[in-house]
Amino acid sequence: MENVSQIRGSIVAIPVNDIDTDQIIPARFLKVTDKEGLGKAAFCDWRYLEDGDTPNPEFVLNRPEYSSASGLIAGNNFGCGSSREHAPWALLGAGFKAVISTDFADIFRNNSLKNGLLPIIVDEETQQQLFSLAEEDPSTSVSVDVEAQTLTLPDGRAVSFPLDGFAKYCLLNGVDQLGYLLALDDDVRAYESANPQRVVTSA
Amino acid sequence: MKQNGKGRTLFEKVWNAHIVREQSDDAPAVLYIDLHLVHEVTSPQAFSMIRERGLKVRRPDQTIGTMDHSTPTTPRNELGIIPVADAMAAKQLDAFSKNCDDFGIPMYALGDEHQGIVHVIGPEKGLTQPGMTIVCGDSHTSTHGAFGALAFGIGTSEVGHVLATQTLLQNRPHTMAVNVEGRLGDGVTAKDIILAVIARIGIGGGTGHVFEYRGEAIRSLSMEGRMTVCNMSIEGGARAGMVAPDDTTFEYIQGRQHAPQGAEWDAAVARWRELPTDDGAAFDQEITLRADELIPMITYGTNPGMGMPIDAAVPAPEDERDINKKIALEKALTYMDLAPGQQLLGKAIDVVFIGSCTNSRISDLRQAAQFMQGRKVADSVRMMVVPGSQQVKKQAESEGLHEIFRAAGAEWREAGCSMCIAMNGDQLEPGQYAVSTSNRNFEGRQGKGGRTFLASPLTAAASAVAGSVTDPRSLLTGLN
Ligand code: SF4
Repeated sequence: MENVSQIRGSIVAIPVNDIDTDQIIPARFLKVTDKEGLGKAAFCDWRYLEDGDTPNPEFVLNRPEYSSASGLIAGNNFGCGSSREHAPWALLGAGFKAVISTDFADIFRNNSLKNGLLPIIVDEETQQQLFSLAEEDPSTSVSVDVEAQTLTLPDGRAVSFPLDGFAKYCLLNGVDQLGYLLALDDDVRAYESANPQRVVTSA
Repeated sequence: MKQNGKGRTLFEKVWNAHIVREQSDDAPAVLYIDLHLVHEVTSPQAFSMIRERGLKVRRPDQTIGTMDHSTPTTPRNELGIIPVADAMAAKQLDAFSKNCDDFGIPMYALGDEHQGIVHVIGPEKGLTQPGMTIVCGDSHTSTHGAFGALAFGIGTSEVGHVLATQTLLQNRPHTMAVNVEGRLGDGVTAKDIILAVIARIGIGGGTGHVFEYRGEAIRSLSMEGRMTVCNMSIEGGARAGMVAPDDTTFEYIQGRQHAPQGAEWDAAVARWRELPTDDGAAFDQEITLRADELIPMITYGTNPGMGMPIDAAVPAPEDERDINKKIALEKALTYMDLAPGQQLLGKAIDVVFIGSCTNSRISDLRQAAQFMQGRKVADSVRMMVVPGSQQVKKQAESEGLHEIFRAAGAEWREAGCSMCIAMNGDQLEPGQYAVSTSNRNFEGRQGKGGRTFLASPLTAAASAVAGSVTDPRSLLTGLN
């Protein structure tokens, strides 16, 4: 994973609550065996017309003024539903670096952090302000400082957001968590020798 | 975490017993995983990750694979093989076979007599046991919590972590007691309990929490009913749901392939009896429902939290004071093409799906078959019955249930996820309405443009017969 410390960019709003992983990437795109090329499938059923290919001009992500947005501001409870990591892969593939909401489903949040996609939690007032900003001026840009855990709005107001210390360390240093776990091999061995194996699947 | 020092919850006991490294200010806890279930859809990139690093699967003997999500459920050919027509699905299934082979992971391939939906086969084979930690790259791993295991879904990166290290980084969740008191009435099932819980708390209501389902109504459910309840914990936002193990649990496990035997069995049961939450242990949150006040539930919207008693009217957006919720409801009703104040009872439907890891076990099929006996699926309805596993299918066929379904005009299919996720060609056409026993009614979940009403197998069967959304209690005469 590449390190993520500062993000600056314009935002696009999808002011819908409970955007689930089936909207972020429908299941029919999960028949892949790698992570590549999923950006085109992001929000597929909202983004394209019946034929699945012609962009729906009504959908905000297809409006040229939002084509370079790297932040997505969404309604409450973003990413509920399945555990598919294809959801953050698709969002990253579609050019997003951060998603902002009032809260995130647990698995989506974990998956995003592991891929360097920032889930930023804000209060409802900030959320509404961002909705308006994005709609009124598509070129409005905001910035995120991972170290300081702040999201800075165009009016200069800095809003802080929660981020657990370990995830922050991994983001800032581009560390992936597998390396950390592999280094604990002695502890795992100690656990295994102190606790009997519960089931043997190969038996 | 709130604690009164007087006792520990089921969750705490299982959590504490699996700590390899305690949670600190710097890092989440490292948990040991007893059982890792893998399937074809969320594992390929995880296998690639460990392959690229030259790693092995640490405990293939604590890992098990099955094919379920993208597999067809169409009949076998003359060679007894279930053909895979979709080239991408075939490639994904091949990759999965190769990965399991290369890393020495036992796996049930499409058509194998033990193949089936991952959350159906774990319990069926006796792999799911009380007090274990169980993970899978699938959010409905919560199902296994019915046995008093701590079981939850993980992403693909985490699948890679568990493959390589048998451990997982986890921040300790909060706990919520979900008390369901009293007894269920006739025609009201485990599915109605969980749909009522989710309607009450909303789909984000349990975020960050592990549920423990408690109370008389939960205690009196069969293991399969408890699995239905725990299965949909994720639809309430919780990653896991648990039920304290008791004699019902032990009876279900005893004698299964991977269950402990002889003296080991006695020792295991003694250990499992220590697991239930101690009197006086505190939960971070608590909610209570009365089972005797429940009637069959149905969803009207595009998330599982948009559910109501089957005789209620679809809510009106103008009654919703929260602006975000109001917009969400408007959007849902537009997608579902329903009007505020409309009754769903009597609403014509096109498809009935009985299946999925929520409701595809033998007791679900028995219940639906008993209802269909001597009845016919309405001409306007396509009814699909998809057993959760090859073993469920075999059992059902030995009881003649398939004959009942076929005689009624329903399709009897091979085992798999099928129309729950619509990855395999089993799907709704745009605009169609389905009553489905699965767990998600998201836009397009069962096929692009398809519209899903989630309900119990009984409600689904009754609706298939009537050709419209029907309260099964109105047709219950003749059922014992
Ligand atoms: S049946 Fe549906 S919910 Fe269950 S594992 Fe399969 S796709 Fe997921």
